[in-house]
Amino acid sequence: MSRLLEMRDIWIEGRTDEEWIPIINGVDLTLDKGEVLGLIGESGAGKSTLGLAAMGYTRDGVRISKGSVVFDGIELTTAPARVKRDLLGRRIAYVAQSAAASFNPAHRLIDQHVEAPVVHKVMSREEAMRDGIELYRRLRLPNPEEIGFRYPHQVSGGQLQRAMTAMAMSCRPDLIIFDEPTTALDVTTQIEVLAAIRDIVEQFDTAAIYITHDLAVVAQMADRIKVLLKGDEVEEAPTREMLAHPKEDYTKSLWAVRSFQRPQKPPAPPDATPVIRVDHVTAAYGKVPVLFDVSFDIHAGRTVAVVGESGSGKSTAARVITGLLPPRQGQVFFKGEPLPADYRHRTKDQLRQVQMIYQMADTALNPRKTVGEIIGRPVEFYLGLKGTKKRERVRALLDAIELEPDEFIDRLPGELSGGQKQRIGIARALAAEPEFIICDEVTSALDQLVAEGILRLLARLQDELGLSYMFITHDLATVRAIADEVVVMKDGRVVESGPKDEMFTPPHHPYTDLLLSSVPEMDPDWLTNLLAERGVENIGDAAAGRM
Amino acid sequence: MGAILKIIAQRLVLGGVTLLVVSLVIFLAVNALPGDFAEAILGQGATPEAIEAIRRDLGLDRPLWERYLVWLARMLQGDLGVSFAQLNFQSNLGGTQLKTVAEQIAPRFANTIFLAGVTAAIAVPVSLMLGVLAALYRGSIFDRAANIFTLTSISSPEFFLAYILILFLAVLNPVFPSLSNIYEGMSFFDRLERTMLPALTLTLVVTAHMMRMTRAAIINLLASPYIEMARLKGLSPMRVIVVHALPNALAPIINVIALNLAYLITGVVVVEVVFVYPGIGQLFVDSVKIRDIPVVQACCLIFAGAYILLNLTADILSILSNPRLRHPK
Repeated sequence: MSRLLEMRDIWIEGRTDEEWIPIINGVDLTLDKGEVLGLIGESGAGKSTLGLAAMGYTRDGVRISKGSVVFDGIELTTAPARVKRDLLGRRIAYVAQSAAASFNPAHRLIDQHVEAPVVHKVMSREEAMRDGIELYRRLRLPNPEEIGFRYPHQVSGGQLQRAMTAMAMSCRPDLIIFDEPTTALDVTTQIEVLAAIRDIVEQFDTAAIYITHDLAVVAQMADRIKVLLKGDEVEEAPTREMLAHPKEDYTKSLWAVRSFQRPQKPPAPPDATPVIRVDHVTAAYGKVPVLFDVSFDIHAGRTVAVVGESGSGKSTAARVITGLLPPRQGQVFFKGEPLPADYRHRTKDQLRQVQMIYQMADTALNPRKTVGEIIGRPVEFYLGLKGTKKRERVRALLDAIELEPDEFIDRLPGELSGGQKQRIGIARALAAEPEFIICDEVTSALDQLVAEGILRLLARLQDELGLSYMFITHDLATVRAIADEVVVMKDGRVVESGPKDEMFTPPHHPYTDLLLSSVPEMDPDWLTNLLAERGVENIGDAAAGRM
Repeated sequence: MGAILKIIAQRLVLGGVTLLVVSLVIFLAVNALPGDFAEAILGQGATPEAIEAIRRDLGLDRPLWERYLVWLARMLQGDLGVSFAQLNFQSNLGGTQLKTVAEQIAPRFANTIFLAGVTAAIAVPVSLMLGVLAALYRGSIFDRAANIFTLTSISSPEFFLAYILILFLAVLNPVFPSLSNIYEGMSFFDRLERTMLPALTLTLVVTAHMMRMTRAAIINLLASPYIEMARLKGLSPMRVIVVHALPNALAPIINVIALNLAYLITGVVVVEVVFVYPGIGQLFVDSVKIRDIPVVQACCLIFAGAYILLNLTADILSILSNPRLRHPK
């Protein structure tokens, strides 16, 4: 095999205010023709920056301060812009994390698809269009003849991601950088995209750098894996070797994350009154119905995981419970008492009993308030504590979420890490001293190690305070780790519910089965076996059926 | 499309209400000014009898609300009335031909539209181009020079800009005539030549807003993932901005253009005076001076109507520039 890309001793810096801060510290990276390299690490490890540097590109405020990037004999760090532009799109292409954000909303898919081949004079517009439709077909997009003539907002996320892969293929590049291409997708959609990417990369013998934070995903895609931590290389090895015998402690800790699992609590006695009972609820946004006759119970001290793909109605159910969206039919009971449908008609005590923790701690915390003010507000509002008493209570809460009070009480959210922000979100919910907390995808924006810390914290708080959780998630590993009972939702309906252990042992409802089998596993042969089991045709049908 | 038609209908109805309110406010405001038409036209040597006579002739002796309602009733039938000056002239000198307000305003308004049109034809493309180039070469000497130049011109009084242009383009280098006294029957190119200096003056006034909004709206988008994607396809910086950023930046730019075009129709009195351009602005100012209410009312309705229609057009174009609204799922 011949060498396609050679990055030597790469140092990359990013500017904050007046200072240059290191992002990548002297990393080497090599890639042969047709080879797929998996680049893995937590957020902030510098994966994307390194991936972009492989294209000779840096974002605004970032620079390659040292090192060389040689692509097929051409030194990219010193090449003039014109030379780089000639390579980009034609011989090196990029697939971004969010296809929805990376397709220009103002142009049709096919127009964006043909742009690179036409501008680089690889094909005429007509040829490029015909070729685009052929690529859409190979990537098993539904209606390949017609889908390109839609605008990005008219196409679903999974399809957009495949269309973007097709776009990257438009000039048959030698190298494609895949930057977390399936992170924003549901598990069932992810499989289709992974299979499509793997097929097409094999068909055209394209080399690829596959960036992700998900080990199980990279195990399916890559020939070799390189692990990054805070801009440093931890280790690199062929995929199977890396999975079987990780050398470094950090890599081992990544592998170990999935080991956290709480035993399931015994089911509540049949005559117990549930803390929250959702009773035959039907709800709609305007004229669009989103929930159909949804019922489930949440018992004291238990965690009920509500799982489903995006659009299944999980978060809407939470909005009904909190009173933000009054249901069309049905009711919500708190300890046997009906809760007024609209939060504005609830008493302060009813409001206090139902608290929420949000997915995006970033946007859920007021950036202009200190941690002390953020947590102090519900303490004062619900419990009427002021002055020293309030401050003491806030400190106790910070202790409870394992953050040192003296260090954190006067900080602003901008000075916290993602995991710390999420802990503040938890403290704010606890401050009201509720019996019931809704956790809406609280770990999905976090790295695995950090997410595990949050899960452990929530579990400990539940044991100490007897809290009940409604845990909304699309991640089945999280469900396995923390749930006592599971409610599976699809298209606004509950398709299956029951104790966790039952849910994870066959036989399942067919949809639960699809969800469970779609969660990637560490085994590098998992995707191949799964596809063989389901039959490739079957997947195409499933994709078309979801349209 | 149905949604757009609904918006247009709603806005037109609201526009009608706005015009009604405007007419009432203007009527009250002009009447609140000290003096009336009779006093203004007769001047200091007026006898109380003469003033009374004119007031009686024009109906100024009747109560305020009655005069407004009569005017409103006629206006709703499409009759804007006859100006006080015309009525007074006829009753004193016995002329037979009465020019209605509509006849008086029409040629003036046409001139104003012509001037606004010429200005827009120069200013809009120039500011878009300058905005795109400033965004492309942001931070460069060109960007700063364009900013300084347009800000200077928008910050200077209009008459000052007008005189500078006259100095350089009419006196030192006689390229254009400094007087813009256009009249009926002139050929289009003569008209255009005479309109050039006022149009250039107004271009200097309106370019800054439009250029800076274009630049800001484009730069705002340059951090978007789809712009990065366009760059990573190896497109030239110019193509990235014109093909990928500009179409998504149109909505705010269109709104600023509409506001500036409305200004060209309603706010150009000073420039008209400097160049002796027979537009609607001069007529308006003269009519306010002599409290000629029918003319003032008609001019204000035109001004308000221009704002309403241009803003409506801007809103519709903004909606049409958004593919999400143009092509619903």
